[in-house]
Amino acid sequence: MGVGITVEHLNAFYGKTQALFDINLAVQANHATALIGPSGCGKSTFIRCLNRMHETIPEARVEGSVRIGDLSVYNGTSATQLRRRVGMVFQKANPFPTMSIYDNVAAGLKLNGFRKRKLLDEVVERSLRSAALFDEVKDALHKKSGASLSGGQQQRLCIARALAVQPEVLLMDEPCSALDPISTGKIEELIFQLKEQYTIVIVTHNMQQAARVAEFTGFFLLGKLIEFDKTEKVFTNPSDKRTEDYVTGRFG
Amino acid sequence: MNSTLATPIPVLQISWRRRATDRLMTALSILTVLIVLTPLAAIFAYLVYKGVASLNLAFLTQTPKPVGEVGGGMANAIAGTGMILAIASLMGVPLGIGAGIFLSEYGRNRYGDAVRFVSDVLNGVPSIVIGIVAYGLVVVRQKHFSALAGGVALAIMMVPTIARTTEQMLLLVPQSIREAAYGLGISHWRTTLSITLRTATSGIITGVMLAFARVAGETAPLLFTAFGNQYWNWDLRQPTAALSLQIYTYALSPFDDWHRQAWAGALVLITLIVGAVAAVRIAVRHGKLAGA
Repeated sequence: MGVGITVEHLNAFYGKTQALFDINLAVQANHATALIGPSGCGKSTFIRCLNRMHETIPEARVEGSVRIGDLSVYNGTSATQLRRRVGMVFQKANPFPTMSIYDNVAAGLKLNGFRKRKLLDEVVERSLRSAALFDEVKDALHKKSGASLSGGQQQRLCIARALAVQPEVLLMDEPCSALDPISTGKIEELIFQLKEQYTIVIVTHNMQQAARVAEFTGFFLLGKLIEFDKTEKVFTNPSDKRTEDYVTGRFG
Repeated sequence: MNSTLATPIPVLQISWRRRATDRLMTALSILTVLIVLTPLAAIFAYLVYKGVASLNLAFLTQTPKPVGEVGGGMANAIAGTGMILAIASLMGVPLGIGAGIFLSEYGRNRYGDAVRFVSDVLNGVPSIVIGIVAYGLVVVRQKHFSALAGGVALAIMMVPTIARTTEQMLLLVPQSIREAAYGLGISHWRTTLSITLRTATSGIITGVMLAFARVAGETAPLLFTAFGNQYWNWDLRQPTAALSLQIYTYALSPFDDWHRQAWAGALVLITLIVGAVAAVRIAVRHGKLAGA
Protein backbone atom coordinates (compact mmCIF):
# COMPACT_ATOMS: atom_id res chain seq x y z
CA MET A 1 0.00 0.00 0.00
CA GLY A 2 1.01 3.55 -0.60
CA VAL A 3 1.86 6.00 2.15
CA GLY A 4 1.52 9.75 2.43
CA ILE A 5 4.33 12.28 2.14
CA THR A 6 4.74 15.35 4.33
CA VAL A 7 7.22 18.05 3.37
CA GLU A 8 8.04 20.87 5.76
CA HIS A 9 10.25 23.91 5.22
CA LEU A 10 12.27 22.27 2.48
CA ASN A 11 15.17 24.25 1.02
CA ALA A 12 17.50 22.80 -1.60
CA PHE A 13 20.82 24.15 -2.86
CA TYR A 14 23.33 23.54 -5.64
CA GLY A 15 26.50 24.91 -4.09
CA LYS A 16 25.64 28.52 -3.26
CA THR A 17 22.60 28.67 -5.55
CA GLN A 18 19.30 28.05 -3.82
CA ALA A 19 16.91 26.03 -6.00
CA LEU A 20 13.96 25.49 -3.63
CA PHE A 21 12.57 27.96 -1.10
CA ASP A 22 10.64 26.82 1.94
CA ILE A 23 8.42 24.17 0.35
CA ASN A 24 5.52 22.87 2.46
CA LEU A 25 3.15 20.26 1.08
CA ALA A 26 1.33 17.05 1.91
CA VAL A 27 0.89 14.28 -0.64
CA GLN A 28 -2.03 11.93 -0.05
CA ALA A 29 -1.51 8.19 0.00
CA ASN A 30 -2.78 6.20 -3.00
CA HIS A 31 -3.39 9.25 -5.11
CA ALA A 32 -1.50 10.79 -8.01
CA THR A 33 -0.04 14.22 -7.44
CA ALA A 34 1.21 16.23 -10.40
CA LEU A 35 3.85 18.94 -10.25
CA ILE A 36 3.78 21.52 -13.03
CA GLY A 37 5.68 24.69 -13.81
CA PRO A 38 8.05 26.17 -16.38
CA SER A 39 11.54 24.72 -17.01
CA GLY A 40 13.99 25.39 -14.23
CA CYS A 41 11.31 26.09 -11.62
CA GLY A 42 12.54 23.35 -9.28
CA LYS A 43 10.00 20.57 -9.74
CA SER A 44 12.63 17.98 -10.67
CA THR A 45 14.86 19.14 -7.84
CA PHE A 46 11.91 18.79 -5.50
CA ILE A 47 11.07 15.25 -6.57
CA ARG A 48 14.73 14.30 -6.25
CA CYS A 49 14.70 15.52 -2.65
CA LEU A 50 12.01 12.96 -1.84
CA ASN A 51 14.31 9.98 -2.41
CA ARG A 52 17.58 11.75 -1.62
CA MET A 53 18.72 11.64 -5.22
CA HIS A 54 19.47 15.37 -5.00
CA GLU A 55 22.47 14.80 -2.78
CA THR A 56 24.20 12.50 -5.31
CA ILE A 57 25.15 15.66 -7.20
CA PRO A 58 28.43 17.15 -5.92
CA GLU A 59 27.92 20.15 -3.59
CA ALA A 60 24.13 19.76 -3.56
CA ARG A 61 22.42 19.88 -0.15
CA VAL A 62 19.02 19.95 1.45
CA GLU A 63 17.50 21.57 4.56
CA GLY A 64 14.14 20.89 6.13
CA SER A 65 12.10 17.80 6.79
CA VAL A 66 10.48 15.17 4.60
CA ARG A 67 8.42 12.30 6.02
CA ILE A 68 7.37 9.37 3.89
CA GLY A 69 4.88 7.31 5.85
CA ASP A 70 6.58 6.69 9.19
CA LEU A 71 10.02 7.30 7.71
CA SER A 72 11.94 10.49 8.38
CA VAL A 73 13.88 10.95 5.13
CA TYR A 74 16.62 13.24 6.39
CA ASN A 75 16.87 11.94 9.91
CA GLY A 76 18.21 8.52 10.69
CA THR A 77 17.29 6.70 7.48
CA SER A 78 19.98 5.55 5.08
CA ALA A 79 19.57 6.65 1.46
CA THR A 80 19.65 3.07 0.14
CA GLN A 81 17.03 1.93 2.66
CA LEU A 82 14.79 4.83 1.74
CA ARG A 83 15.11 4.30 -2.01
CA ARG A 84 13.91 0.71 -1.71
CA ARG A 85 10.62 2.15 -0.50
CA VAL A 86 10.51 5.10 -2.87
CA GLY A 87 10.86 4.04 -6.50
CA MET A 88 11.78 6.40 -9.29
CA VAL A 89 11.15 6.59 -13.02
CA PHE A 90 13.33 9.03 -14.94
CA GLN A 91 12.73 11.41 -17.82
CA LYS A 92 14.85 9.40 -20.20
CA ALA A 93 14.34 5.63 -20.10
CA ASN A 94 17.53 4.19 -18.63
CA PRO A 95 17.49 0.39 -18.73
CA PHE A 96 20.78 -1.33 -17.87
CA PRO A 97 22.15 -1.88 -21.39
CA THR A 98 24.16 -5.04 -20.73
CA MET A 99 21.35 -6.83 -18.92
CA SER A 100 18.52 -8.92 -20.34
CA ILE A 101 14.92 -7.82 -19.88
CA TYR A 102 14.58 -10.27 -17.00
CA ASP A 103 17.76 -9.10 -15.29
CA ASN A 104 16.73 -5.47 -15.66
CA VAL A 105 13.54 -6.10 -13.73
CA ALA A 106 15.23 -8.37 -11.20
CA ALA A 107 18.22 -6.04 -10.69
CA GLY A 108 16.82 -4.22 -7.65
CA LEU A 109 16.21 -7.47 -5.81
CA LYS A 110 19.23 -9.42 -7.04
CA LEU A 111 21.75 -6.73 -6.30
CA ASN A 112 20.29 -6.28 -2.84
CA GLY A 113 21.02 -9.89 -2.09
CA PHE A 114 17.80 -11.62 -3.13
CA ARG A 115 18.60 -14.92 -4.84
CA LYS A 116 15.56 -17.21 -4.64
CA ARG A 117 15.04 -18.15 -8.26
CA LYS A 118 11.38 -19.06 -8.07
CA LEU A 119 10.42 -15.93 -6.22
CA LEU A 120 12.40 -13.78 -8.64
CA ASP A 121 10.56 -15.39 -11.59
CA GLU A 122 7.26 -14.52 -9.96
CA VAL A 123 8.21 -10.94 -9.15
CA VAL A 124 9.56 -10.33 -12.65
CA GLU A 125 6.38 -11.58 -14.29
CA ARG A 126 4.12 -9.68 -11.92
CA SER A 127 6.07 -6.44 -12.35
CA LEU A 128 6.11 -6.73 -16.14
CA ARG A 129 2.36 -7.38 -16.10
CA SER A 130 1.76 -4.36 -13.85
CA ALA A 131 3.74 -2.28 -16.31
CA ALA A 132 1.65 -3.68 -19.21
CA LEU A 133 4.75 -5.01 -20.91
CA PHE A 134 4.72 -8.74 -20.21
CA ASP A 135 2.84 -9.87 -23.33
CA GLU A 136 5.13 -7.91 -25.60
CA VAL A 137 8.38 -9.33 -24.21
CA LYS A 138 7.54 -12.73 -22.69
CA ASP A 139 9.29 -14.66 -25.46
CA ALA A 140 12.57 -12.81 -25.14
CA LEU A 141 12.95 -12.29 -21.39
CA HIS A 142 16.44 -13.77 -21.26
CA LYS A 143 17.50 -13.37 -24.86
CA LYS A 144 17.08 -9.65 -25.48
CA SER A 145 18.84 -6.73 -23.91
CA GLY A 146 16.72 -4.08 -22.22
CA ALA A 147 18.23 -1.54 -24.59
CA SER A 148 16.87 -3.38 -27.65
CA LEU A 149 13.26 -2.40 -26.88
CA SER A 150 11.48 0.62 -28.36
CA GLY A 151 11.48 3.90 -26.42
CA GLY A 152 7.99 3.39 -25.01
CA GLN A 153 8.72 -0.20 -24.06
CA GLN A 154 11.97 0.85 -22.40
CA GLN A 155 10.11 3.34 -20.23
CA ARG A 156 7.58 0.67 -19.21
CA LEU A 157 10.52 -1.65 -18.50
CA CYS A 158 11.90 1.02 -16.17
CA ILE A 159 8.51 1.22 -14.45
CA ALA A 160 8.49 -2.58 -14.04
CA ARG A 161 12.02 -2.40 -12.63
CA ALA A 162 10.93 0.20 -10.08
CA LEU A 163 7.84 -1.81 -9.13
CA ALA A 164 9.83 -5.03 -8.61
CA VAL A 165 11.33 -3.80 -5.34
CA GLN A 166 7.75 -3.20 -4.12
CA PRO A 167 7.99 0.45 -3.15
CA GLU A 168 5.26 2.42 -1.40
CA VAL A 169 5.81 5.58 -3.39
CA LEU A 170 6.57 5.97 -7.09
CA LEU A 171 8.25 9.17 -8.24
CA MET A 172 7.99 9.92 -11.95
CA ASP A 173 10.14 12.68 -13.42
CA GLU A 174 8.55 13.61 -16.77
CA PRO A 175 8.17 9.95 -17.72
CA CYS A 176 6.47 10.66 -21.05
CA SER A 177 8.47 13.61 -22.34
CA ALA A 178 10.32 11.48 -24.91
CA LEU A 179 7.38 9.30 -25.93
CA ASP A 180 4.80 9.37 -28.71
CA PRO A 181 1.07 9.83 -27.88
CA ILE A 182 0.31 6.08 -27.98
CA SER A 183 3.08 5.17 -25.53
CA THR A 184 2.11 8.16 -23.41
CA GLY A 185 -1.48 6.89 -23.35
CA LYS A 186 -0.31 3.48 -22.17
CA ILE A 187 1.73 4.96 -19.35
CA GLU A 188 -1.11 7.22 -18.26
CA GLU A 189 -3.45 4.22 -18.16
CA LEU A 190 -0.81 2.52 -16.06
CA ILE A 191 -0.71 5.41 -13.60
CA PHE A 192 -4.45 4.98 -13.09
CA GLN A 193 -4.01 1.34 -12.13
CA LEU A 194 -0.88 1.88 -10.06
CA LYS A 195 -2.64 4.46 -7.87
CA GLU A 196 -4.50 1.65 -6.18
CA GLN A 197 -1.30 0.30 -4.72
CA TYR A 198 1.17 3.15 -4.76
CA THR A 199 1.36 6.83 -4.01
CA ILE A 200 2.42 8.58 -7.20
CA VAL A 201 4.18 11.91 -7.63
CA ILE A 202 4.60 12.90 -11.24
CA VAL A 203 6.47 15.86 -12.70
CA THR A 204 5.12 16.89 -16.07
CA HIS A 205 5.39 19.65 -18.62
CA ASN A 206 2.15 18.61 -20.16
CA MET A 207 -0.77 20.28 -18.37
CA GLN A 208 -3.36 18.07 -20.04
CA GLN A 209 -1.49 15.11 -18.65
CA ALA A 210 -1.60 16.56 -15.16
CA ALA A 211 -5.33 17.16 -15.55
CA ARG A 212 -5.87 13.62 -16.82
CA VAL A 213 -3.96 11.58 -14.27
CA ALA A 214 -3.67 13.54 -11.04
CA GLU A 215 -6.12 14.32 -8.24
CA PHE A 216 -3.80 16.98 -6.84
CA THR A 217 -1.59 19.47 -8.61
CA GLY A 218 1.19 21.71 -7.40
CA PHE A 219 2.42 24.72 -9.37
CA PHE A 220 6.10 25.67 -9.00
CA LEU A 221 7.65 28.95 -10.06
CA LEU A 222 11.26 30.08 -9.52
CA GLY A 223 11.84 27.52 -6.77
CA LYS A 224 8.66 28.30 -4.82
CA LEU A 225 5.49 26.31 -4.53
CA ILE A 226 2.91 28.87 -5.64
CA GLU A 227 -0.22 26.81 -5.33
CA PHE A 228 -1.15 23.32 -4.25
CA ASP A 229 -4.72 22.10 -4.46
CA LYS A 230 -7.13 19.69 -6.08
CA THR A 231 -6.32 19.43 -9.78
CA GLU A 232 -9.75 20.67 -10.81
CA LYS A 233 -9.39 23.76 -8.66
CA VAL A 234 -5.89 24.55 -9.94
CA PHE A 235 -6.98 24.35 -13.55
CA THR A 236 -10.43 25.94 -13.38
CA ASN A 237 -10.33 28.35 -10.48
CA PRO A 238 -6.78 28.96 -9.26
CA SER A 239 -6.41 31.27 -6.29
CA ASP A 240 -3.11 32.79 -7.42
CA LYS A 241 -2.83 35.07 -10.43
CA ARG A 242 0.47 33.49 -11.51
CA THR A 243 -1.05 30.02 -11.58
CA GLU A 244 -3.90 31.31 -13.69
CA ASP A 245 -1.48 32.94 -16.14
CA TYR A 246 0.46 29.70 -16.47
CA VAL A 247 -2.44 27.27 -16.90
CA THR A 248 -4.16 29.54 -19.40
CA GLY A 249 -0.98 29.94 -21.41
CA ARG A 250 -0.63 33.67 -20.82
CA PHE A 251 2.57 33.17 -18.96
CA GLY A 252 5.88 34.92 -19.79
CA MET B 1 1.44 33.07 -44.28
CA ASN B 2 0.70 32.60 -47.93
CA SER B 3 3.47 33.69 -50.21
CA THR B 4 5.30 32.49 -53.27
CA LEU B 5 8.95 33.16 -53.73
CA ALA B 6 9.89 35.33 -56.67
CA THR B 7 12.51 32.87 -57.77
CA PRO B 8 12.01 29.20 -56.93
CA ILE B 9 14.84 27.53 -55.03
CA PRO B 10 16.80 25.56 -57.65
CA VAL B 11 17.30 21.84 -57.16
CA LEU B 12 20.70 21.68 -55.59
CA GLN B 13 23.26 20.97 -58.27
CA ILE B 14 26.34 19.22 -56.98
CA SER B 15 29.24 20.83 -58.76
CA TRP B 16 32.03 18.79 -60.33
CA ARG B 17 34.41 20.33 -57.80
CA ARG B 18 32.46 18.93 -54.88
CA ARG B 19 32.32 15.53 -56.51
CA ALA B 20 36.04 15.59 -57.20
CA THR B 21 36.84 16.66 -53.63
CA ASP B 22 34.62 13.90 -52.29
CA ARG B 23 36.38 11.26 -54.39
CA LEU B 24 39.80 12.62 -53.51
CA MET B 25 39.17 12.60 -49.76
CA THR B 26 37.74 9.08 -49.88
CA ALA B 27 40.79 7.90 -51.81
CA LEU B 28 43.12 9.63 -49.35
CA SER B 29 41.50 8.02 -46.32
CA ILE B 30 41.72 4.57 -47.93
CA LEU B 31 45.36 5.30 -48.71
CA THR B 32 46.15 6.18 -45.09
CA VAL B 33 44.55 2.92 -43.94
CA LEU B 34 46.76 1.01 -46.36
CA ILE B 35 49.85 2.88 -45.17
CA VAL B 36 49.02 2.02 -41.56
CA LEU B 37 48.37 -1.63 -42.33
CA THR B 38 51.40 -2.15 -44.60
CA PRO B 39 54.07 -2.41 -41.87
CA LEU B 40 51.96 -4.90 -39.93
CA ALA B 41 51.32 -7.06 -42.99
CA ALA B 42 54.97 -6.76 -44.06
CA ILE B 43 56.28 -7.78 -40.64
CA PHE B 44 53.95 -10.74 -40.44
CA ALA B 45 54.69 -11.87 -44.02
CA TYR B 46 58.44 -11.59 -43.45
CA LEU B 47 58.19 -13.54 -40.19
CA VAL B 48 56.27 -16.30 -41.92
CA TYR B 49 58.77 -16.31 -44.79
CA LYS B 50 61.80 -16.52 -42.49
CA GLY B 51 60.36 -18.54 -39.67
CA VAL B 52 58.05 -21.13 -41.09
CA ALA B 53 60.89 -23.31 -42.39
CA SER B 54 62.27 -23.88 -38.88
CA LEU B 55 58.84 -24.34 -37.36
CA ASN B 56 58.26 -28.02 -36.72
CA LEU B 57 57.03 -30.31 -34.01
CA ALA B 58 60.45 -30.46 -32.37
CA PHE B 59 60.53 -26.66 -32.13
CA LEU B 60 57.25 -26.66 -30.24
CA THR B 61 57.98 -29.66 -27.99
CA GLN B 62 61.73 -29.73 -27.24
CA THR B 63 64.10 -27.65 -25.18
CA PRO B 64 67.17 -26.01 -26.73
CA LYS B 65 70.06 -28.28 -27.76
CA PRO B 66 73.57 -27.53 -26.44
CA VAL B 67 75.72 -25.16 -28.47
CA GLY B 68 76.95 -26.83 -31.67
CA GLU B 69 74.15 -29.35 -31.98
CA VAL B 70 71.50 -28.68 -34.61
CA GLY B 71 67.78 -29.00 -33.78
CA GLY B 72 65.93 -28.65 -30.51
CA GLY B 73 63.21 -26.12 -29.84
CA MET B 74 61.73 -23.44 -27.62
CA ALA B 75 58.98 -25.37 -25.86
CA ASN B 76 60.28 -24.28 -22.44
CA ALA B 77 60.35 -20.65 -23.58
CA ILE B 78 56.76 -20.85 -24.86
CA ALA B 79 55.65 -22.25 -21.51
CA GLY B 80 57.79 -19.69 -19.66
CA THR B 81 56.26 -16.77 -21.57
CA GLY B 82 52.81 -18.15 -20.75
CA MET B 83 53.74 -18.47 -17.08
CA ILE B 84 55.25 -14.99 -16.80
CA LEU B 85 52.29 -13.42 -18.62
CA ALA B 86 49.86 -15.27 -16.34
CA ILE B 87 51.65 -13.90 -13.25
CA ALA B 88 51.75 -10.41 -14.75
CA SER B 89 48.04 -10.50 -15.65
CA LEU B 90 46.99 -11.90 -12.28
CA MET B 91 48.72 -9.01 -10.55
CA GLY B 92 48.42 -6.22 -13.11
CA VAL B 93 44.81 -6.58 -14.28
CA PRO B 94 43.05 -6.39 -10.86
CA LEU B 95 45.39 -3.60 -9.70
CA GLY B 96 44.89 -1.64 -12.90
CA ILE B 97 41.12 -2.03 -12.92
CA GLY B 98 40.97 -1.17 -9.22
CA ALA B 99 43.00 1.99 -9.80
CA GLY B 100 40.73 2.85 -12.76
CA ILE B 101 37.63 2.47 -10.59
CA PHE B 102 39.18 4.74 -7.98
CA LEU B 103 40.04 7.38 -10.57
CA SER B 104 36.60 7.42 -12.15
CA GLU B 105 34.32 6.94 -9.13
CA TYR B 106 36.25 8.53 -6.25
CA GLY B 107 39.10 10.42 -7.91
CA ARG B 108 37.47 13.61 -9.14
CA ASN B 109 39.73 15.63 -6.83
CA ARG B 110 43.35 16.58 -6.19
CA TYR B 111 44.24 13.14 -4.92
CA GLY B 112 42.90 11.59 -8.11
CA ASP B 113 44.82 14.11 -10.20
CA ALA B 114 48.01 13.06 -8.43
CA VAL B 115 47.34 9.38 -9.18
CA ARG B 116 46.55 10.26 -12.80
CA PHE B 117 49.82 12.20 -13.16
CA VAL B 118 51.92 9.44 -11.58
CA SER B 119 50.26 6.82 -13.74
CA ASP B 120 50.97 8.78 -16.93
CA VAL B 121 54.61 9.22 -15.91
CA LEU B 122 54.88 5.50 -15.12
CA ASN B 123 53.56 4.80 -18.61
CA GLY B 124 56.52 6.69 -20.03
CA VAL B 125 59.24 5.05 -17.92
CA PRO B 126 61.56 2.96 -20.14
CA SER B 127 60.91 -0.74 -19.76
CA ILE B 128 64.50 -1.49 -18.82
CA VAL B 129 64.14 0.82 -15.81
CA ILE B 130 61.04 -1.13 -14.75
CA GLY B 131 63.21 -4.24 -15.04
CA ILE B 132 65.70 -2.71 -12.62
CA VAL B 133 62.89 -1.90 -10.18
CA ALA B 134 61.66 -5.51 -10.26
CA TYR B 135 65.27 -6.64 -9.84
CA GLY B 136 65.57 -4.54 -6.71
CA LEU B 137 62.14 -5.52 -5.40
CA VAL B 138 62.21 -9.26 -6.00
CA VAL B 139 65.52 -10.61 -7.31
CA VAL B 140 67.75 -8.96 -4.70
CA ARG B 141 65.58 -10.23 -1.85
CA GLN B 142 65.13 -13.74 -3.21
CA LYS B 143 68.80 -13.80 -4.14
CA HIS B 144 68.09 -15.31 -7.57
CA PHE B 145 66.29 -14.64 -10.83
CA SER B 146 62.74 -15.92 -11.15
CA ALA B 147 59.55 -16.05 -13.21
CA LEU B 148 57.92 -14.13 -10.37
CA ALA B 149 60.34 -11.22 -10.79
CA GLY B 150 59.63 -11.17 -14.54
CA GLY B 151 55.90 -11.19 -13.85
CA VAL B 152 56.21 -8.31 -11.38
CA ALA B 153 58.13 -6.24 -13.94
CA LEU B 154 55.49 -6.80 -16.62
CA ALA B 155 52.63 -6.22 -14.16
CA ILE B 156 54.07 -2.80 -13.27
CA MET B 157 54.07 -1.98 -16.98
CA MET B 158 50.45 -3.11 -17.41
CA VAL B 159 48.96 -1.12 -14.52
CA PRO B 160 49.02 2.45 -15.90
CA THR B 161 47.54 1.51 -19.28
CA ILE B 162 44.76 -0.55 -17.72
CA ALA B 163 44.05 2.06 -15.05
CA ARG B 164 43.68 4.92 -17.52
CA THR B 165 41.55 3.00 -20.05
CA THR B 166 39.33 1.65 -17.26
CA GLU B 167 38.87 5.19 -15.98
CA GLN B 168 37.94 6.48 -19.44
CA MET B 169 35.54 3.60 -20.10
CA LEU B 170 33.79 4.05 -16.74
CA LEU B 171 33.42 7.78 -17.35
CA LEU B 172 31.66 6.96 -20.63
CA VAL B 173 28.90 5.15 -18.72
CA PRO B 174 26.07 7.71 -18.57
CA GLN B 175 25.20 9.16 -15.16
CA SER B 176 21.59 8.15 -15.83
CA ILE B 177 22.56 4.45 -15.60
CA ARG B 178 24.11 5.02 -12.17
CA GLU B 179 21.04 7.00 -11.07
CA ALA B 180 18.80 4.12 -12.16
CA ALA B 181 20.71 1.85 -9.81
CA TYR B 182 20.71 4.33 -6.90
CA GLY B 183 16.97 4.77 -7.44
CA LEU B 184 16.47 1.05 -6.76
CA GLY B 185 18.23 1.34 -3.41
CA ILE B 186 21.42 -0.30 -4.66
CA SER B 187 24.46 0.90 -2.74
CA HIS B 188 27.30 2.85 -4.32
CA TRP B 189 29.88 0.04 -4.28
CA ARG B 190 27.35 -2.49 -5.59
CA THR B 191 26.37 -0.12 -8.37
CA THR B 192 30.02 0.36 -9.32
CA LEU B 193 30.76 -3.36 -9.42
CA SER B 194 27.56 -4.76 -10.90
CA ILE B 195 26.24 -1.93 -13.04
CA THR B 196 28.91 0.59 -14.03
CA LEU B 197 31.78 -1.89 -14.43
CA ARG B 198 29.55 -4.33 -16.25
CA THR B 199 28.29 -1.69 -18.66
CA ALA B 200 31.88 -0.73 -19.49
CA THR B 201 33.18 -4.31 -19.76
CA SER B 202 33.94 -4.46 -23.45
CA GLY B 203 35.92 -1.22 -23.39
CA ILE B 204 37.86 -2.31 -20.31
CA ILE B 205 38.71 -5.63 -21.95
CA THR B 206 40.08 -3.74 -24.94
CA GLY B 207 42.34 -1.80 -22.59
CA VAL B 208 43.46 -4.99 -20.83
CA MET B 209 44.25 -6.68 -24.15
CA LEU B 210 46.24 -3.64 -25.31
CA ALA B 211 48.31 -3.74 -22.15
CA PHE B 212 48.71 -7.52 -22.43
CA ALA B 213 49.84 -7.39 -26.05
CA ARG B 214 52.25 -4.61 -25.26
CA VAL B 215 54.08 -6.44 -22.47
CA ALA B 216 53.87 -9.91 -24.06
CA GLY B 217 56.79 -9.17 -26.37
CA GLU B 218 58.89 -7.18 -23.89
CA THR B 219 62.51 -8.28 -23.57
CA ALA B 220 64.31 -5.59 -21.60
CA PRO B 221 62.38 -5.95 -18.30
CA LEU B 222 62.97 -9.71 -18.36
CA LEU B 223 66.75 -9.60 -18.94
CA PHE B 224 67.64 -9.46 -15.27
CA THR B 225 64.39 -10.66 -13.73
CA ALA B 226 63.23 -13.88 -15.45
CA PHE B 227 66.77 -14.14 -16.86
CA GLY B 228 66.11 -17.10 -19.18
CA ASN B 229 66.70 -20.81 -18.85
CA GLN B 230 67.81 -23.58 -21.22
CA TYR B 231 65.68 -26.20 -19.46
CA TRP B 232 62.10 -26.75 -18.39
CA ASN B 233 61.08 -24.91 -15.27
CA TRP B 234 57.71 -24.76 -13.54
CA ASP B 235 58.92 -23.23 -10.29
CA LEU B 236 57.91 -19.57 -9.95
CA ARG B 237 61.00 -18.93 -7.83
CA GLN B 238 63.49 -20.17 -10.44
CA PRO B 239 64.98 -18.51 -13.52
CA THR B 240 62.61 -19.07 -16.41
CA ALA B 241 62.88 -18.98 -20.19
CA ALA B 242 60.78 -16.56 -22.23
CA LEU B 243 60.30 -16.38 -25.99
CA SER B 244 61.48 -12.79 -26.22
CA LEU B 245 64.66 -13.59 -24.25
CA GLN B 246 65.32 -16.66 -26.34
CA ILE B 247 64.89 -14.67 -29.56
CA TYR B 248 67.26 -12.02 -28.23
CA THR B 249 69.95 -14.56 -27.32
CA TYR B 250 69.63 -16.56 -30.52
CA ALA B 251 69.55 -13.53 -32.82
CA LEU B 252 72.84 -12.26 -31.33
CA SER B 253 74.53 -15.66 -31.62
CA PRO B 254 76.96 -16.55 -34.42
CA PHE B 255 75.12 -19.74 -35.41
CA ASP B 256 72.91 -19.96 -38.52
CA ASP B 257 70.66 -22.60 -36.95
CA TRP B 258 70.00 -20.33 -33.98
CA HIS B 259 69.21 -17.44 -36.31
CA ARG B 260 66.60 -19.58 -38.04
CA GLN B 261 65.17 -20.61 -34.69
CA ALA B 262 64.99 -16.96 -33.60
CA TRP B 263 62.81 -16.24 -36.63
CA ALA B 264 60.57 -19.17 -35.81
CA GLY B 265 60.38 -17.98 -32.19
CA ALA B 266 59.30 -14.51 -33.29
CA LEU B 267 56.63 -16.04 -35.51
CA VAL B 268 55.32 -18.15 -32.62
CA LEU B 269 55.33 -15.17 -30.25
CA ILE B 270 53.34 -12.90 -32.56
CA THR B 271 50.90 -15.72 -33.39
CA LEU B 272 50.30 -16.40 -29.71
CA ILE B 273 49.63 -12.72 -28.99
CA VAL B 274 47.24 -12.34 -31.94
CA GLY B 275 45.57 -15.63 -30.98
CA ALA B 276 45.08 -14.60 -27.34
CA VAL B 277 43.64 -11.20 -28.25
CA ALA B 278 41.32 -12.74 -30.86
CA ALA B 279 40.15 -15.47 -28.47
CA VAL B 280 39.21 -12.94 -25.80
CA ARG B 281 37.36 -10.79 -28.35
CA ILE B 282 35.36 -13.75 -29.63
CA ALA B 283 34.55 -14.87 -26.09
CA VAL B 284 33.28 -11.38 -25.22
CA ARG B 285 31.15 -11.15 -28.36
CA HIS B 286 29.74 -14.59 -27.72
CA GLY B 287 28.46 -13.59 -24.29
CA LYS B 288 26.57 -10.56 -25.59
CA LEU B 289 22.79 -10.26 -25.72
CA ALA B 290 20.82 -9.36 -28.81
CA GLY B 291 20.66 -5.59 -29.13
CA ALA B 292 23.13 -4.87 -26.35
